[in-house]
Amino acid sequence: MTTTAPAIPVNHVDPFSPEVLEDPLPFQHALREAGPVVHLAQHDVYAMGRYEHVRAALVDWQRFPSGAGVGLANWRYEKPWRPPSLLLETDPPHHDAPRAVLAPILSPRALRRLREQWCTEAETLVDEVLASGPEVDAMSTLAEAFPLRVFPDAVGIPREGREHLLPYGDHLFNAFGPENALVAKGAPTLPEHAGWVNAQCARDRLAEGGFGAQIWAAADRGDITPEQAPLVVRSLLSAGVDTTVHGLGACLSAMATHPEQWARLRAQPGLARVAFDEAVRWESPVQTFFRIADVDVSVGGTVVPEGRKILMFLGSANHDPRRWDAPDVFDLDRDPSGHVGFGMGLHQCVGQHVARLEAEALLTALARRVERIAPAGTPRRHHNNTMRGWESLPVRLVPAV
Amino acid sequence: MESDRLVVVAKEPAADDVVTLVLARPDGGRLPDWAPGAHIDVTLPTGATRQYSLCGDRWDAHTYRIGVLREPAGRGGSAYVHDELDTGDLVAFGGPRNDFAMVPSPRYLFVAGGIGITPLLPMIHQADLVGADWSLLYGGRRRGSMAFVGELARYGDRVHVRPEDEHGLLPLAAWLGDADDDTVVYCCGPAPLLDAAERAAAHRPRHRLRTERFTAPELGAPVRDAPFEVELARTGTTVTVLPQGTVLDAARRVGATALSSCEQGLCGTCETTVLAGVPDHRDSILADHERAAGDCMFPCVSRSCTDRLVLDL
Repeated sequence: MTTTAPAIPVNHVDPFSPEVLEDPLPFQHALREAGPVVHLAQHDVYAMGRYEHVRAALVDWQRFPSGAGVGLANWRYEKPWRPPSLLLETDPPHHDAPRAVLAPILSPRALRRLREQWCTEAETLVDEVLASGPEVDAMSTLAEAFPLRVFPDAVGIPREGREHLLPYGDHLFNAFGPENALVAKGAPTLPEHAGWVNAQCARDRLAEGGFGAQIWAAADRGDITPEQAPLVVRSLLSAGVDTTVHGLGACLSAMATHPEQWARLRAQPGLARVAFDEAVRWESPVQTFFRIADVDVSVGGTVVPEGRKILMFLGSANHDPRRWDAPDVFDLDRDPSGHVGFGMGLHQCVGQHVARLEAEALLTALARRVERIAPAGTPRRHHNNTMRGWESLPVRLVPAV
Repeated sequence: MESDRLVVVAKEPAADDVVTLVLARPDGGRLPDWAPGAHIDVTLPTGATRQYSLCGDRWDAHTYRIGVLREPAGRGGSAYVHDELDTGDLVAFGGPRNDFAMVPSPRYLFVAGGIGITPLLPMIHQADLVGADWSLLYGGRRRGSMAFVGELARYGDRVHVRPEDEHGLLPLAAWLGDADDDTVVYCCGPAPLLDAAERAAAHRPRHRLRTERFTAPELGAPVRDAPFEVELARTGTTVTVLPQGTVLDAARRVGATALSSCEQGLCGTCETTVLAGVPDHRDSILADHERAAGDCMFPCVSRSCTDRLVLDL
């Protein structure tokens, strides 16, 4: 008698196509319903879309490591396009020291000293935007402006040249996908952006007391090597801006389309943190990351073969009805705890507390001054191979009386 | 509570007066991640809490291994482990935490005295794995009292086993004097050994000698295995936390808004300000001085030493 393993369902849609990037929810629904593991024929990789399996794979660094890259390229066979991240694209044991250095620098306790200052900055920004409005693009004036105002200062990089940060991050997140038109579009200007970003990671560029200087201080203590320090700083500049921008954009778009939720937040400003995490669940600014199967791994009865890349759909997991009631609804009554929008396990976003503080500062300032965030035109999606966000989000800010 | 209980799945002698325990979740689930140098707090059925270095394989996500020395002059915890604790028994645990983290280096010198070998075992494994140049100088009273000597044999002449009754005290001055400046020295063992290592390394660059001293934690009150009350200052209500439940779940049940993520005391998302009472910290995040401050806690795993906690929730 012979037994055969159940056939792995095949999906022929390209998840990086403009159609799916415009609205990934139908594709993700099909992915979840097809089975725990699906073969994506267009790229000859495997995929997971259900919460249970995505979460389990994210924490299982032993069997689903990141060291072969967290993009489509399989570094067992291909050369990385830039020196790998010591955090995102590194496994234990090499991952340990950089993570151990960065985590306390970005912990809620360490961020307390920034809180008051960021709240003041947010108030100032909201005043400026209200003075310029009532109709504004919430992406450029708020979601981009606020992180660009406070985060690079906290890292300690100079003011000149910060316009490189967003296009650098955008290309980086495109580069996790296939070499499609999005990657081709960013390639010509990449050297100047990357050159500027890399130059900011040197010790002498970084202001005293900032995150960057603290990373270098850890190198002086021998907790990481002097060769690692600039790469750890680079991680902050790579992963700390675009992601937060799209997280804030998700929150603002949710509030524009759900006025009753905005009213709730205004009535109960303590919900700002929940609102941000619910937006991160609902929109999942980071949609996907790849892992590699280090051995044959059985997932829900189907086997991901050793040495093959597997695409984990964080956004799909965050919309899995097996885990979430009415997952497509943005709802401040929901407890979004446990979403995988920041990942999970030892690679979980080390900057998540920074993002939450930025969001809390901005939402609290807006809630105090703005009665209503009303849509004022057709919003436009920003396409990126990894991130989901808005290019433009026209809104009318109705000031509170 | 279930999530902080581990079951003893194996108990084996590792040397005279040393046993190893292999611990697992009762349901066989994944345990919190750790790195070499980490320890866990183990609360025995007697209520005594002790810290033990993890000395197993971190690539095995489902078991922890610890080594326990019988300490005749101790407070009874090790005697209980040796004489009473059996496979199938449950212990409570907190952590893992790491105050002895391994830093990157091309060269390591590991110096162990007796049971101090335990945190160094996973370090040695990793140093070997990454191709670092390393040596182990391992002392003990006599060969029969030294655990894991058999396990270390596979590393050949990188391992130098020096029982005191055959070789006298460890030649620290010579070994640390000969070490290159870029060698990081990890030393764990009894206080006189650590003191001697510090003297022998006085000439070396700072931070190149890393030691771990275990000191009995001074808790404000005994860790309790009984219900306690949590007053939620913002929510304006009080809730009872039962031994089998978490503070986080109890708070949510009565409508508190409490964001969390990993629910293992690792990610830090649920950090909560403590307004009154003494938290029983079981997270992997806070350093000793932060624990002692008692002004914040992680309600997904941490509990209470006092009858009542007041939280900013």
